[in-house]
Amino acid sequence: MIEAPAPLPAQDSTVPRGAVLRRGIRANPLLVAGAAGSALILLVALLAPLLAPFPGDAGTATHPLLVLRPPSAQHWFGTDNVGRDVCSRVLYGARISPLIAVIVLLIATVLGIPLGVMAGYFGGWLDEVIMRVTDIFLAFPPLLLALAFAAVLPTSLTTVIIAIAITWWPWYTRLIRGQAASVAGRPYIEACRALGISRWRILVRHILPNSITPLLVQISFDVGGVILTASALSFLGLGAQDPTPDWGLMVAEGQGYFTTAWWVVTFPGLAILFTAFTFNLFGDGLRDLLDPKRTFL
Amino acid sequence: MIVYAARRIALAVLVIAGVLVLTFVIARVVPGDPAATWAGPHASAAQVAAARKFLGLDRPPAVQLLSYLGGVLAGNWGVSVHTHQPVLSDIGTAAPASLELVTAALILAVLVGVPLGLVAARWPDGLLDHSIRAGAILGVSMPVFWMALILQLVFSQRLHLLPAAGEFSPGLLFTHPLARHTGADVVDALITGNWPMFGSTLTHLVLPAIVVAAYPCGLIARIVRAQVLDTIGETHVQMARALGFRERSVYGRFAMKLAWNPVAATLALVFGYSLVNTFLVEAVFDWPGLGSYAAASIAALDTPATLGVTLFIALVYVVANLVVDIVQAAIDPRIRLR
Amino acid sequence: MRLAITGLQVSFGDRRVVDVDELHVGEAEIVGLAGESGSGKSMTTLAVLGLAHTVGATVRGSITLDGTELTGLSQRTLREVRGRRIAAIFQSPATAFSPVFKVGSVVHRALRLHGMGKDEAVEAASRAMRQVLLSPGLLDRYPSQLSGGQLQRVAIAIALALRAEVLLADEPTSALDVTVQAEVLELLRELRDRAGMSVLFISHDLAVVAELCDRVAIMRDGRIVEQGPAARVLSAPADAYTADLLAAVPVIRAEDRP
Repeated sequence: MIEAPAPLPAQDSTVPRGAVLRRGIRANPLLVAGAAGSALILLVALLAPLLAPFPGDAGTATHPLLVLRPPSAQHWFGTDNVGRDVCSRVLYGARISPLIAVIVLLIATVLGIPLGVMAGYFGGWLDEVIMRVTDIFLAFPPLLLALAFAAVLPTSLTTVIIAIAITWWPWYTRLIRGQAASVAGRPYIEACRALGISRWRILVRHILPNSITPLLVQISFDVGGVILTASALSFLGLGAQDPTPDWGLMVAEGQGYFTTAWWVVTFPGLAILFTAFTFNLFGDGLRDLLDPKRTFL
Repeated sequence: MIVYAARRIALAVLVIAGVLVLTFVIARVVPGDPAATWAGPHASAAQVAAARKFLGLDRPPAVQLLSYLGGVLAGNWGVSVHTHQPVLSDIGTAAPASLELVTAALILAVLVGVPLGLVAARWPDGLLDHSIRAGAILGVSMPVFWMALILQLVFSQRLHLLPAAGEFSPGLLFTHPLARHTGADVVDALITGNWPMFGSTLTHLVLPAIVVAAYPCGLIARIVRAQVLDTIGETHVQMARALGFRERSVYGRFAMKLAWNPVAATLALVFGYSLVNTFLVEAVFDWPGLGSYAAASIAALDTPATLGVTLFIALVYVVANLVVDIVQAAIDPRIRLR
Repeated sequence: MRLAITGLQVSFGDRRVVDVDELHVGEAEIVGLAGESGSGKSMTTLAVLGLAHTVGATVRGSITLDGTELTGLSQRTLREVRGRRIAAIFQSPATAFSPVFKVGSVVHRALRLHGMGKDEAVEAASRAMRQVLLSPGLLDRYPSQLSGGQLQRVAIAIALALRAEVLLADEPTSALDVTVQAEVLELLRELRDRAGMSVLFISHDLAVVAELCDRVAIMRDGRIVEQGPAARVLSAPADAYTADLLAAVPVIRAEDRP
C-alpha cells in the first residue's frame, strides 16, 4: 500500500550501524533523556561518599537531638526519626538499587539465554519441558513469587536478589526461545546444516547473536521493574534491614511519622520514581531505535 | 471454538498442578527444621522424632506432596498463625474487597488509558503525544506504596477532599447498616439500594483505585498507541477512509478493533499484577482486603497464610488468563482459525 | 468527461512525486495508468480521493468530477464523495479488509454510511454480490475465509451497490493469479458496459493494460510521457520510454517454444 518515501527494509531486529545510528539517536529525545538520567544515577551511586554531606548517617550514626527536622540548608531533605540526614541516605541508597538490578538481571540472563536458545533451536521435547516449566513460574504475577520466596527466607538483601531472580528468569527464557525459534526457521540456517556445520556451532555462532537484540531492550525496561519490585519487598520488610539506606525500607520506616514529617517518605520515594522512570525512558528510546519499522529520514 | 477452549482449559489445569507443586516446594524451603521448631528448643531427639512423625515429615516427599495436594483440593489450606482461623476462610472474607478494588482500578485504567492512547496515536509526535507517552511511562514507573502515601497526604490530610482510610464512613454503620451479599461493599450497597452507603463506599474507593490504576493505565495507553499506529498504515484502514468513513470512525472503530486484543491480554496480565499491588496499598488505606491480610501475615511470619494467599492469587491469575484467552479467540477469529 | 485531472502536483516537502498535466476518464471508459513501480501511480489515486495528506503529501492542481472541483473541498464534503461517487479498490485484497470484521459488516456499514437504511443496505449488498457472481452468504465470512479473487469482487460489489461513477483500481490484479485475474478483468469490463462506470486502471503490467483498457497513459517519475488509445500507444509508441517498457514485456513466441 501507499507509504511515504522508502522506509528502511523491514527485517527482524538488527542493530543499525554508523550514520543511521547517529541520526537515530539525535531523533530520539527519550533515549537521550533516559540515558542521561540513568548515567546520573550511576554516577551518584559511585560518588555517594563524596557527595553525601553526612556519610556516617548512611551507616549506624544516630543524632538524637536532630530528630525529624524539616528540610533546611543543613539537611536538604530533612532528618529522619533517629536524626539521620535523609539526603545522605538517599544518595547512598543509589548504590543499592542498581546493584540489585544488575545482579538479578545477570542471573536471569545467565539462566535464560542458554535455556531459551536450546529450547528454541532444538525444539521437540526439550522445548516442551522448558516451556511447561516456565509456564508454571509465569503463572504467578511478578511480585507474588518473589514475595512468597522472600517471606519464607530470612530477611536480607541477598534474599531479595534471589527471590526476584527466581521470578525473572522465565520471562527471558520465553523471550529468547521465541526469537531463537524464529531465527532457526530461516532458510540460511538450513543452508548451514546442509554445509555440514554442526548444530552446536550453529547454535553459538548464528542463533545466539541474532536472538539477543530484543533482550537488550527488555533488559533496559526491566531495570526499572526490578528496582520497583525490590523496593516493594523492602517496603514490606522482607529485604535489607536497618540501618541499610534502602529506599523502600526508608519509606516503610517513615510511614509512622508521615503526617507530620512528610519529608522522610517523600524523598526516598521520589528517588525510586526517578530511577525507575529514567531507566524506562531509556528502554523506550532504545526500543524505538532498534525497531526496524521506524524511519529516521 | 470448542476445541480451542478445551485445549486451553487442559493446559490451564496442567499449569495449576505445577503451581501447587511449586507452592509446596516454597513451603518446604523454609529454613530450619519444622519438627525441631514444633518440639521446642529443649526437646530431646526422641521428642523431635515424634514431632516429625506427627507433622508427617517422616514420609517420603512424594507422599507429603500428595497429601498436600489432597488437602488443598479438599479445602484444607492450613490455619493462619496470626488469626487462628482456617486460611481459606480468611481468604474468603478478605478476597471480595480486593477484587472490588482491582476491578474498579482496571475499569478506571481502561476508561482513561484507551482514549489517551487513541489521542496519542491520532496526532503522533506532537506535544500531546509526547506528554501522554511521558505520563504513561511515569505511570508504570510509580512505586505504588509511595503513591498511596502521597495521595493520601495530599488529598486527604491537606486538601480534605477525599477520605483517608477504610471502606466507608464508620458512622454509617449505625444509621444505614450494610447488608452483606457479595462482600464487595460498593456492589452490596448498590443492590440493596443503600444510597448513603453507596456514596460513601464510592468516595472511599477513589484514592486506592487511582493508585492501583496508575500502572495498568500507563500500560494500556502505550499499547493502544502502539497498536493503532501499527494498524493505521495498513490497507484496510486506507480502504475505510476511501469508503468515506470519518477519521473518528477510522481510528475509533477500525483501527481500535484490532487493538482490543492486546488490551484484553494486558488486562489479564495486569489483573494479577494489580492484585499483588494491593498488598502495598491496602495497609495504607486501611482497606480490609487480601493485601492487608497478606501484609499482616508477612509481618507476623505467618507462613501458611502467606502461602495460602500466594496460591489463591496464582489460581485467580491462571483462571483470568484462561478467560481472556478464550474471549480473545471469540473476538479475533484468526486465533482459533489457525 | 467524468473525471478530469489537470496540472496535478503531489509533493512530499520539496520532492515532487506526481506532475500530471492532463489525464481524464470519460463515461463508460477504462483508462489505464501504466508505469514502473514507484512512478507515482498510487499517489495519484490518493490525490483523487483527497487522502494524500494521510501519508504526509501536499496536493496542488485541479481534479474535477462531472465538472465539480474536488481539490479544496472540505474533508466533510469529500467524505460524501468517497465511496459513493468515487470508489477505490486496492492491490492486496486480503489486507484491504480488516481481519477482525466479517466482510459483510464492512459492506453494510459503508452502505449505511452513505444514507441507506438497514434493510435497504442488506438488500443492496445482496444484489451487488450476485452481480459480481458471488453468493450473498459469503458476506458472513471473515476475510481469511475468502480467496483473493473473491475479496476483490466484494470490493467491486461495494462500488456497485453505491452506484459509484468512478472506480479507481490500484493494481487490483497484481496479487492474484492469472485465471482469477481474468475473472476480475471481465468484471471490470461489465462495470464499464452495463453500469457505465469510468475506470482508472493502474498497473505496472502492460500486458494486462493492453488487454483491458480503452485508453492508456504511461507514467514515468510522476509525469505522463504518452497518452492515447491503447491500441495505438501499445503497438506504435511515440515515446522512447514507452518503447522500452514494451520491449521489456516478455512474449512467448511460437518459435521459442521447445
